[in-house]
Amino acid sequence: MPPEAVTEHWGSEGARRQAAYLGMWVFIATEVLLFAGLFTAYGVYRSVYPEVFRAAQLTMDVGLGTLNTFLLVTSSIVVALAVHAVREDRPGLGGALLLAAALLGVVFLGVKGVEYAHHVREGGLPGDAYRFTEVPRVGASLFFTLYYLLTGFHALHVTVGVSVLTVLGVRSASGTFGSAYATPVELGGMYWHLVDVIWLFVYPILYLS
Amino acid sequence: MSPPAAESYLTDGRTVWSWLTTHDHKRIGVMFLGLTLFFFFVGGLFALALRIELLTPGRTIMGHLAYNRMFTLHGVTMVWLFMIPAIPSAFGNFLVPLMIGARDVAFPRLNLASVYLYVLGASIALWGMFEGGADTGWTFYTPYSTTTGTAVLPVLVGVFIIGFSTILTGLNFIATVHTLRAPGLTWMKLPLFVWAIYGTSIIQVLATPVLGMVLLLVALERVVGAGIFDPARGGDPLLFQHLFWFYSHPAVYIMVLPSMGVISEAVCAFSRKNAFSYRMIVYSTLGIAFVGFFTWGHHMFASGQSTFGSGAFGAMSMLVAIFTAIKIFSWLGTLYRGSIAIESPLIYTLGFMFFLFFGGMIGVAYATTSLNLHWHDTYSVVAHFHFIMVGATVMAFLAALHYWFPKMSGRCFPAKLANGAAVLIIFGFIATFVPQFLLGNLGMPRRYADYPPHFQSLHVASTAGASLLAFGFLAIAGYLAWSLRHGAVAGANPWGSDGFEWRSASPPPTHNFSTPPEYPTGPHEYASEEVQHAA
Ligand code: HEM
Ligand SMILES: [Cu+2]
Repeated sequence: MPPEAVTEHWGSEGARRQAAYLGMWVFIATEVLLFAGLFTAYGVYRSVYPEVFRAAQLTMDVGLGTLNTFLLVTSSIVVALAVHAVREDRPGLGGALLLAAALLGVVFLGVKGVEYAHHVREGGLPGDAYRFTEVPRVGASLFFTLYYLLTGFHALHVTVGVSVLTVLGVRSASGTFGSAYATPVELGGMYWHLVDVIWLFVYPILYLS
Repeated sequence: MSPPAAESYLTDGRTVWSWLTTHDHKRIGVMFLGLTLFFFFVGGLFALALRIELLTPGRTIMGHLAYNRMFTLHGVTMVWLFMIPAIPSAFGNFLVPLMIGARDVAFPRLNLASVYLYVLGASIALWGMFEGGADTGWTFYTPYSTTTGTAVLPVLVGVFIIGFSTILTGLNFIATVHTLRAPGLTWMKLPLFVWAIYGTSIIQVLATPVLGMVLLLVALERVVGAGIFDPARGGDPLLFQHLFWFYSHPAVYIMVLPSMGVISEAVCAFSRKNAFSYRMIVYSTLGIAFVGFFTWGHHMFASGQSTFGSGAFGAMSMLVAIFTAIKIFSWLGTLYRGSIAIESPLIYTLGFMFFLFFGGMIGVAYATTSLNLHWHDTYSVVAHFHFIMVGATVMAFLAALHYWFPKMSGRCFPAKLANGAAVLIIFGFIATFVPQFLLGNLGMPRRYADYPPHFQSLHVASTAGASLLAFGFLAIAGYLAWSLRHGAVAGANPWGSDGFEWRSASPPPTHNFSTPPEYPTGPHEYASEEVQHAA
C-alpha cells in the first residue's frame, strides 16, 4: 500500500504489514473453501461411480499433467527465491525471477490448452455435450464436468497469478521494492504458492489412480 | 499541509462524487444503510402482495406463477439484500473503527469495492426479477431450479456477486479488529458489538465461498447441463441440499449474531450497567459461530438421510440453543436492577428477546425428528424462521437505527412517536406470525397461493398483522426523515452511554479522533454512575 495510507491509521508500518498478512491468510482460507465445494462433489461422485471414475482417469494424459506439476512447483521455488532476493535488497534479481515464474505460469496454461484441445477432439466434454465413447456416459460426464471445473477454476487462478507476478516483477525491476518495503512481493508470493498447493491436490485426484 | 479539518464526516465534501469515491468507513456504512433500507422496502412490498393474495382462498390478486415468483423475490431480497448485509455492512462499518479507536478499517479501498460489488450483484438480481423472475424460492432447490423456465440465472449470478461483497467486508473486519485496535484496548475490553461482528465475519469468510461454488454449479447446470445435481443425468439433488445448508445454516447466524451484538450494547446502555458476564457473551458468540457449521442436516430430516445423521444433527442444533440461552440469561441479568430508561431502542430490545426466546424454543422442537416431520414444510416453519430472522434481525436493526441515529446524523428524533411505533411493530409481528404457527400445525403447507376455506380466518389475522407492521414502518420512515433536518441537535452523547463509540463527536469527524483514545476501563462500565449499587 502506498505511503499516503500510513497517516490514515495509528498503526505503525509494522501494524499495517500485519494487517496485510492477516488479510491475505483470510483470503487464502476463502479460496481453499471455494475449491472445497468442488472437492466434496468430486469425493461424493467418486464413491458413487468408482469404476467409471477410474476408467475416466486412465484416459487422462498423465505425462502432460506431470509436466504441469513440475512447471508449477518450479515456479513456486522461483517465486520463493524472488521474495528472498527482494528482502536482501536485490530488487533487480527479484524482478527477473518473478518474471521467470510468470513465464512458467504461461507455459502451464499452454500445456493445459493442449490438453483441452485433446479432450475436445475426443468428445470428452462436460454434461450434455459428452461424446467420448471409451468410457460410459453415466458418471463419466460428471467426471468431466468436475475435471473442467477444477482445472478451469485453477487455470483462472493461474491467469490472475501470472498478471500479479508480472506487475510485481516489473515494479521490482524498476526498484520499487526492497528490504524496507517487500510486503506486496511477499503477498503475491503467498498467492502463487496457494495456486501451486491447490494444483498439488487437483493433480493426483484427476490424473493418478 | 492538510486542508482545515471539516466539522464532521458529513460535511467533508458535499458532492455526490465525494461520496462515491470515499474511503471513509462511516460514509461507506451510511451508503450501505441507505441501500439495505431500500431493499428492505422493496422486499416489504413483495411481502404485502403475498399477504394480500392470501387474504381469500382462490385467486385474489395474482395467479400461481406470479405468486411463486413473488415469494422467491421476497425471500431473495430479504435474505441476501437486506438481512445479511444490514447490520454488519451498515452499522458494522460505521461503528467498529469508532469502537476500537481506529481511524478507518484496515483496507479502505476494498471496503469501497464491497459497496460496488453489492450494487452490481443487486442490480443483476433485480434485473432478473424484472426479466420474469425466478420461482424457486430463496433456497434454489434442485432439480427444480435447474429445470424451471424462469429467470433463475441472473438471480444466481447476482447472489454470487453479493457473496463476494460479504467476503470482503468480513475479511476487512477481521484484519481491522486484529491489527488496528488503539493502544491499550485488549481483546477482553472489546465492546460486545465488535465481538459479534468479529464472530460474524469468521462465518462469512468461511461459509460464503461454499455458497458461491454451489450457486455456480447450479448456473452451470442450467447452461451446459452439467448434471451434478440432476438425478436424470446421474447427479444427486441431495448434494445440493448438503452444500446449500452448509452455507445457509451458518448464514442464519450471519443474520442473528450481529443482532445479538446490537442488543448487548443496547441492554448495557439503557440499564446503565456493565454487561452481566461479559466473558460468557463473548464465548457463546464464538461457540455459536463454531457449532453453527455442524447443524445443517436439521433441514434434511425429511430427505431420507440416516436416522443416526438426523439424531446427530438434532443434538448439535440443540447445542446452539444452549449458547443462545446463555446470552438471553446474561441480558436479563444485565437488566435486573439496572436503572432502566424506557427508550425506543430498549423497547425493540425487549421485543427481540421475546422473539428470539420463543422462536428458538420452537427451533429446539423442530430439531426433534418426530415433531419435525409433522411441521416440516408447513407454515409453522415459516413462522419459526420469521420469528427468529425477522423478529430478531429486524428488531435489532430497528434498535440499532434508533440507538445510533444521533451518532450518525447528529440529530435526535421525537421519542414518544418512536416508542409508539416500536410498540405497534412488536404487536404487528405477533399478530402476523402467531397465526402462522397455528396454520402450520393444522397442516397448511408453505409456498401455496391457495388454501381450503377453513384456513381463512387465520390468514386474515396474519394479513391484518402485516398491515400493522407496514403502518409502523411508514411511521418510522416519516419521523426519521423529518428528524434528519428538524430534529434537536444531539450533542456528543445524547443517551449518556458509556459505549466507546460515543467518545468521538456526533457526527464524528472524518478521521474519528485526533489522538488515540485511552482505555483505562472495559466497555459498558458505568463505574462512576449513581447506579453502582445495582451492580
Ligand atoms: C438463532 C437463529 C436461528 C435462525 C436465524 C433460524 C432460521 C431458520 C430458517 C431460515 C429456517 C427455514 C429454512 C427454510 O427456508 O427451509 C429454519 C428452519 C429450521 N430451524 Fe431454525 N433458526 C434459528 C435457530 C434455530 C435453533 C436454535 C434450532 C434448533 C435448536 C433451529 C432448528 C431449525 C430446524 C430443525 C429447521 C427446519 C424445519 C423444517 O424444515 O422442518 N433453528 N431456521
Ligand atoms: Cu438451520
